[in-house]
Amino acid sequence: MKALALAALLAAAPLAAGAAERIVSVGGSVTETIAALGALDRVVARDTTSSWPEEVEALPDVGYVRRLSPEGVLSVAPDLILAEEGAGPPETVAVLERAEIPFVTVPDATDAAGVARKVEAVGVALGLEARAAALAERIETRIAETAARAAAVETPARVLFVLSAEGGRLLASGSDTAAAAMIDLAGGVNAVTGFEGYKPLTDEAVLAAAPDVVLMMEGRAEGHGGAGVLSHPALAATPAGRAGRLVEMDGLYLLGFGPRTAEAVADLHAALYPGG
Amino acid sequence: MVALSEATGPVAGDRRLRARRATLALGGLVLVAAWAALATGAAGVSLPQALGRLVTGAGLTLQEQVVLWEIRLPRLVTGLCVGAALAVSGAVMQGLFRNPLADPGLVGVGAGAGLGAVTAIVLGGLLPPALAALAGIYTVPIAAFLGGWAATLILYRVSTRAGRTSVATMLLAGIALGALAGAVTGLLVYAADDQQLRDLTFWGLGSLAGASWPKLAVAAPVMLLAMAGTLWLARGLNGLALGEAAAAHLGVPVQRMKNLAILAVAAATGAAVAVSGGIGFIGIVVPHLLRLATGPDHRYLLPNAALLGAALLVGADIVARSVIAPAELPIGIVTALMGAPVFLWILLRRRGVVDL
Repeated sequence: MKALALAALLAAAPLAAGAAERIVSVGGSVTETIAALGALDRVVARDTTSSWPEEVEALPDVGYVRRLSPEGVLSVAPDLILAEEGAGPPETVAVLERAEIPFVTVPDATDAAGVARKVEAVGVALGLEARAAALAERIETRIAETAARAAAVETPARVLFVLSAEGGRLLASGSDTAAAAMIDLAGGVNAVTGFEGYKPLTDEAVLAAAPDVVLMMEGRAEGHGGAGVLSHPALAATPAGRAGRLVEMDGLYLLGFGPRTAEAVADLHAALYPGG
Repeated sequence: MVALSEATGPVAGDRRLRARRATLALGGLVLVAAWAALATGAAGVSLPQALGRLVTGAGLTLQEQVVLWEIRLPRLVTGLCVGAALAVSGAVMQGLFRNPLADPGLVGVGAGAGLGAVTAIVLGGLLPPALAALAGIYTVPIAAFLGGWAATLILYRVSTRAGRTSVATMLLAGIALGALAGAVTGLLVYAADDQQLRDLTFWGLGSLAGASWPKLAVAAPVMLLAMAGTLWLARGLNGLALGEAAAAHLGVPVQRMKNLAILAVAAATGAAVAVSGGIGFIGIVVPHLLRLATGPDHRYLLPNAALLGAALLVGADIVARSVIAPAELPIGIVTALMGAPVFLWILLRRRGVVDL
């Protein structure tokens, strides 16, 4: 059955732009966007970071987004590679270009307008511009709704995003990260701003940051003898530790900046301000 | 030197025969590995069919052309050159330092190349745009090569006094330089963002996936010339096994030999690391396997090491790109996973029979 469909598809080549039927989707948010546009049936392979929706896990995995193997990608006979910014390495992209397979790069995003541009770019590549425009507008409206509620908050929560607490060392988000952008969109204040990217924090810096809420990816907060990350000696002494306020969200959902970001922002806002 | 190689009696005759047979067998192994590497891969391209069509003049499809000519063939040639270069470099280093633990990393190439690559990955964005555009995808390999060379030069200067290079000083200075490069690398890792960190990890594990003709055009001549140069070293290294003074009395030009050996190893390893990242294990295990099997005579050890290193790395690459296809494993993982247990087993079995 599958082979038959495949043969039929191959016979239909060459395909016009936007009508690609054998897509390799590279990057979690790109795959999510394709799914949100209802075109997942046109995807034949994905990269390691594409883990949502669940059915994509059944597709062949062509490797990590920045370490694609050229022959692996070619082996699924794609007629379009749709990749998020930074996909590579450049050597692989060069070989794929020589194989005359269209390689479309989707721009990166860390704000509402960026997500909209991302969705629209995927829409153009899929030939689903109208559907993409509608989705992009829905996302922007939804994020704006949360932003309006966030603007009404009188005392914004100080949020510390902890990427990992391995071995008692907190790897926290400074400015200029997806996590910092999400905290901002949800109406929180990033508790650490002295550096860019994710860096280890000393215990004193944790105390100085004085977070009201600790934000982590799901599954990263265990450890510390089962008591969880809030039992970390420095964290326990902060407002977040004393009030026991830990928010956990799925990593791709929280930081992917794809079509689910509007919901993720709303969820995070609700988690930061449970009363309002 | 002639006396030295002839005077070892009937045992040497046995070993010479065995070494020659081993050369033939290893040559066959390289051919088998090469054919297998061209014939296997994630993409469903049949090598016999493609060759048939070439012979009959029917021409290749675009898919066949890209997969065979742009992906598998440059990758095979890179694997052959890198495997041979690493194994020969290891054999030369062990001979020169008279130390079974010596590997190409000892002349600072590993640490320096690693630092060069990390610098390019983390700080590559700071290059002036014109220079960045010129270097392009070769930025990391070029930086790795330059880093390896710089480290070798420093080490050589430190350990050479009054025209005489002390291999003991070089060994110790190599460890110090390695620690220094490790610390600077750590600083850069601290400054790196998430994506750069992933790039750094993958670079350190090595891969032949980035193989291409333009890269080979630069790196292959360096590796081949350096390996050819080591052929001149074989007799001298045999003499050196008796110690530097004894070798000098036997007429071995010890200092000239050291210069050539360090130059050849730095060039071969620098080029190998530049195109393939960090691939461990080949340089240390291949020479030992051969010493156990066919004896320590460098006249046979060096060419056999080239053949076995080439065959092993190409074989490891086939595994690396097959087991989790269409994705692929870093090859450094495969060489260590496959090779280290085999090496341990041989050591256990031969324990007491042959002393390294």
